[in-house]
Amino acid sequence: MIGNFIGVVFDGVAYGSLLFIISIGLSVTMGLMNFVNLAHGAFAMLGGYACVVAMSRMGVPFLATLPLAFVVSAAVGAVLERLLYRRLYKATHLDQVLFSIGLVFIAIAAATYAFGPQQQPVQLPPFLRGQVHVLGMDLGAYRLFLIAVVIGVTLALTWLIERTRFGAQIRASVDNQQAAAGLGVNVDRVFSLTFALGSGLAGLGGGLGIDVLGLEPTFPLKYMVYFLLVVAVGGAGTITGPLIAALILGVFDVAGKYYVPQVGSFIIYVMMIVMLLLFPRGLVGRRT
Amino acid sequence: MSVVLRTQGLSKAFGGFKANADVSIAFESGARHAIIGPNGAGKTTLVNLLTGALLPTSGQVFLGEENVSTMPQHKRVKRGMTRTFQINTLFPGLTALESVALACCERDGQGGVWWRTVAAAKTQIDEARAILAQLQLGADADIETRNLPYGKQRLLEIALALATQPRVLLLDEPAAGIPSGESAALFEVIAALPRTVSIVFIEHDMNLVFRFAERITVMVGGTVLVEGPPAAIAEDPRVREVYLGEAEHG
Amino acid sequence: MSHPARGPARSVGDPTSEAARSVTGLTTQRWSRYEIVFWLLPVVAFFVFPKYLTLGSQILITGLFALSLDLILGYARILSLGQAAFFGVGAYTAGLMAKYGWTEPLSGLVAAAAVATLVGWITSFLVVRGQDLTRLMVTLGIGLMLYEAANQATSITGGVDGLSGVEMGKLFGVFGFGMDGKTAYVYSLCILFVVFCFLRLVVRSPFGLSLRGIREGERRMPAIGASVPRKLIAVYTMGACVAGIAGALLAQTTQFVGIDTLGFPRSAELMIMLVLGGTGYLYGALIGAALFMIMQDYLSNLNPVYWQFWLGLLLVMIVMFARGGVMGGLITLRQRFGKRLP
Repeated sequence: MIGNFIGVVFDGVAYGSLLFIISIGLSVTMGLMNFVNLAHGAFAMLGGYACVVAMSRMGVPFLATLPLAFVVSAAVGAVLERLLYRRLYKATHLDQVLFSIGLVFIAIAAATYAFGPQQQPVQLPPFLRGQVHVLGMDLGAYRLFLIAVVIGVTLALTWLIERTRFGAQIRASVDNQQAAAGLGVNVDRVFSLTFALGSGLAGLGGGLGIDVLGLEPTFPLKYMVYFLLVVAVGGAGTITGPLIAALILGVFDVAGKYYVPQVGSFIIYVMMIVMLLLFPRGLVGRRT
Repeated sequence: MSVVLRTQGLSKAFGGFKANADVSIAFESGARHAIIGPNGAGKTTLVNLLTGALLPTSGQVFLGEENVSTMPQHKRVKRGMTRTFQINTLFPGLTALESVALACCERDGQGGVWWRTVAAAKTQIDEARAILAQLQLGADADIETRNLPYGKQRLLEIALALATQPRVLLLDEPAAGIPSGESAALFEVIAALPRTVSIVFIEHDMNLVFRFAERITVMVGGTVLVEGPPAAIAEDPRVREVYLGEAEHG
Repeated sequence: MSHPARGPARSVGDPTSEAARSVTGLTTQRWSRYEIVFWLLPVVAFFVFPKYLTLGSQILITGLFALSLDLILGYARILSLGQAAFFGVGAYTAGLMAKYGWTEPLSGLVAAAAVATLVGWITSFLVVRGQDLTRLMVTLGIGLMLYEAANQATSITGGVDGLSGVEMGKLFGVFGFGMDGKTAYVYSLCILFVVFCFLRLVVRSPFGLSLRGIREGERRMPAIGASVPRKLIAVYTMGACVAGIAGALLAQTTQFVGIDTLGFPRSAELMIMLVLGGTGYLYGALIGAALFMIMQDYLSNLNPVYWQFWLGLLLVMIVMFARGGVMGGLITLRQRFGKRLP
């Protein structure tokens, strides 16, 4: 029983970590540019398909495709930011929502056209398949790998934000754009780089998640709620908030589907509504 | 003289920063009371606390005999306390007439009426026109707020406040951004208001303050430094010290 | 995080109040000649396109649905991605009532509206709290919850297969819902018109003015003594009622309720229609719905993937270049050439 429970929690943590790594970009974008980007999942999907193309058409081993996913999504993110997103920073939230929904539709159509509507398979390297015996329990090797990668990325990200000059610029711009600009921070450049970074991380998450979340053209729509949820409940503009929210969400979703399958997703939505009521500005809410 | 609005030990802290610390002021009925002080003294915070835009960390606000410390903003307006904003907080897409008529309808509890057109609310529309005329905005009634020049927008700010028929009117830098020639005219309009309306205003222009205020409270660093009639304040050495630097920057 | 104070930016479909000036300078009740012409169109269509009446009913119903979103989004700026929830609730209520014996259409409609209104009222308390993102999430969440619930409760709703066996009795005991779609069309048109008249009055009322006040300057509303949450609750509930009526109409005229009535894509499409036509005019919702449905009928039969792609592209284009939608464009035209028009 307990073994099962720990297994469920472990799965939930892995799932949550994946959600976190995809959503963290959205959190920073929303906190930094106050831009409601419903199309964030499309960048994750892009990363996933980049992995698939590299694996199937170019024979690249799975692990090596992951950095590629990051780079491809970051590059596309940078281009789109400069060409399109930038013009809508001052627009109303309605405009931003509509614009990003439009992008989602375009992305889904393009993916369906290029790859077909079916799920994409992924060839995991042998040492990541199966189970690993840890502390008297059998845990999925791939999920362990996932958690390890996300921990690594989170540490790197935290180091970036807290210890580097660029990170200080991001924090300053999130806190007070005008003041930061007044101090000589090139806010435009911070936006571009941050958006690219966030999209890249999403792409990485998309590649990592092919096995766990699946990959097919409706991915951005299917998981859109989850990403938004993580950011809304966790608090836009922070790292710890979405991390906590993602882990909670992951654990409850997996546990819910395991223990009470008829009710399944219902729990998540109820929880989300409850948490939004209790913390309208997010768990680690930032005061405006 | 009766006290129409007062605070008791009012404090507001944002984390470690004390915007208002233990502020106790009493505003008398029919007052022409100015609150002055350097930037960051907590004047706007005080107005926000008085009107309910912010809730205090501690302390109380009394409107008349009633403790309104935690009452929501719109209820305080219904009880007679209205404010204007330092930065124009208007309805850009509504015309001047629509804006003031809206305020009149809300005041009369007509804001929930959905079964008649606004045009049928003749009383409120006539009253709105009268208020606009009082503030020299009569000719601009059908112009959208966003198309009004800045000075007229400031006047509309006040018109909206007047429409609520306040007992206490809190004006947050009413002449902000207006050239000194026009600001005196604006204050003439304010001074012409009847004594049934008690006026509290924040202002930086000392000429205007000393011309129109009958009582002055000086705030520095979130607390009240000194309070008294204009003559006493002008001579107070502490006030001079606070403002010596200010005078040079104007 | 602090941003330079921005009032409501000129958004997609931001209407100028110019469109309805009158002698008093405030909005009037009189129907303009354009409006009369507009409402004659569906009447004429009834006689001119007898083979397209089913599509016609769909357009009318979708137009009504779009009106519900225009009310809350165009007039009060409530960002909602969950209007389909009330549409679905109305549809299922009407459908279930008919399926289990109560086949009188009008009373079924009223009952469905009542249920949708109740659900709307209950959920409104969740929606008035928080900012745009929270509202989006909450409305989205409610929609998804109801979808899941309908999905699971297959014994009641038929799940993914939908609710069939919805048999409608005769309207006024005389007009049966036949295959020609005539009764359905006229029924839908009449209900649409009645509700439209009601909404037209509401937006011109002091309440409607206060909604525009919320849209134009939410911060100032409490400062003039208005309780914003109370008004939002009222308008959101109203919107739910209208959406419920639209859903019920769909169930009654098509004699079927699909689970997609509750789905997110329907809410998203609704927003697109509204943006296409222009928010905040009421007529924009109707025009947008008509345009969208006609385009969809024509294009998605060609290739659904292409349809989705062009839809997405259209949306991006509208937001970047054609703010104001069709109504916005018409009004700009009228302002430019106003002197030449009668």
